[in-house]
Amino acid sequence: MRRVTAIKNGTVIDHVPSGKALSVLKMLGIGGGMSNPVSLVMNVPSKKMGGKDIIKVEDRELTQNELDRLALVAPDASVAIIRAYSVAEKLEINLTEEVVNVARCTFSNCITTNHREPLPHRLLVTNRIPLELRCRYCGKTQDIEGLADNLL
Amino acid sequence: MPGIITMDDLTNEEIISILDDAEKLLPVARGELYLPLLQGRILGNLFFEPSTRTRMSFETAMKRLGGDVVNLGDVKTSSVVKGETLFDTIQMVDGYTDIIAMRHPRQGAAQYACDSARVPIMNGGDGAGHHPTQTMLDLFTIRSAHGTLEGLNVVLAGDLRYGRTVHSLSHALARFGCNVTFASPEGLRMPEEIVADLRAHGSEVVETTELLNHIDNADVIYMTRIQKERFPDEEEYAKVAGAYKLHARDLDGAKAEMIIMHPLPRVDEIHPSVDTTRHAFYFQQAFNGVVARMSLMCWLLGVTVPEDVNAAGVVL
Repeated sequence: MRRVTAIKNGTVIDHVPSGKALSVLKMLGIGGGMSNPVSLVMNVPSKKMGGKDIIKVEDRELTQNELDRLALVAPDASVAIIRAYSVAEKLEINLTEEVVNVARCTFSNCITTNHREPLPHRLLVTNRIPLELRCRYCGKTQDIEGLADNLL
Repeated sequence: MPGIITMDDLTNEEIISILDDAEKLLPVARGELYLPLLQGRILGNLFFEPSTRTRMSFETAMKRLGGDVVNLGDVKTSSVVKGETLFDTIQMVDGYTDIIAMRHPRQGAAQYACDSARVPIMNGGDGAGHHPTQTMLDLFTIRSAHGTLEGLNVVLAGDLRYGRTVHSLSHALARFGCNVTFASPEGLRMPEEIVADLRAHGSEVVETTELLNHIDNADVIYMTRIQKERFPDEEEYAKVAGAYKLHARDLDGAKAEMIIMHPLPRVDEIHPSVDTTRHAFYFQQAFNGVVARMSLMCWLLGVTVPEDVNAAGVVL
């Protein structure tokens, strides 16, 4: 059953973990302040995942930097760039061993909470499923939901 | 630049080698022998929060080895109050010194400094994070008393949540196959990521709110201070802290060779009656800070400690 119609141009983010679509939108900075139409379905059945969310953003193609952000909440999502109703590109989300300058550490007493400190923000991936990140500097395990509020 | 930020920066073999060198340097640390292995070297002491033992023992260690020390001084009168970043402070001190010891209230500050510096950084405590040079002196103390670091039953008691010395020490103990018991009030338990790390190492970890029940089986009891400010009111503090105090009468069933350690300063957690028992090792432990830090600085600066220090030094 088709729940959302095909889009002409834009980005489709599929295989988002069930219930994580709103976090993905937050990570991508997609909210009420933009004019692009956004369609979102949550908790639809998936053979691969059991349940999943899907997001379609019209007239906007995700950049690599945005993909890096996506890796923090939906590292196994599939991303397709749509042009003239066809898949023009399939993009890979690569969760590398370290997420650099994407988000600030969520620990309130970390040295990096001083916004004037110039070194890059470095979060080490210590586990993929479930995703676990630790700050290179303070070593604290990150609050994954809280990272959306700490994007750079 | 290599530094000592957490105990993960040292392999077990390196730890043993540094402890062996520390043992050789004992007469130098006691002032019985002059051996200027670090002559011409300057240590930068950057203590962004108060320290007595750590700062003084770093300073003594460098001076006993013939080197010199420059201090940041009081943070309130330094450029830190003008808003200087840690990065900039490190750039400056890096140019003045050959090695830096630092303590900072923010967690992660030592790693941050290490990533900013060209000279080695020694972490003397970063927030509630790590304190690996304390761990080296703790390991030295334990090995001196028991002749080994392996397979001991170690009880860590008190404030395990905010007490950075126990964070670093527990990591190291796990690596040497010690059985670790964490005795703390519910609200001051060891952070869960540290417990997880220890269990991942295959270490046997027991978490309890009882201390006295674990004395008889212990080879080492490591006490820490429970701070009043961690509790909502004085009454609650008094109730909880009372359960983590050692008195000489509590030690009747202890093993003869069991040692009691404390990073100091103590307040009430070890009663003075313990001081005269054979188990009291905390003052010896404080002295060991000098010799452990001497050895660490030699290692970090690539200076070899001679096998026969008596032949290499001048008897004082």
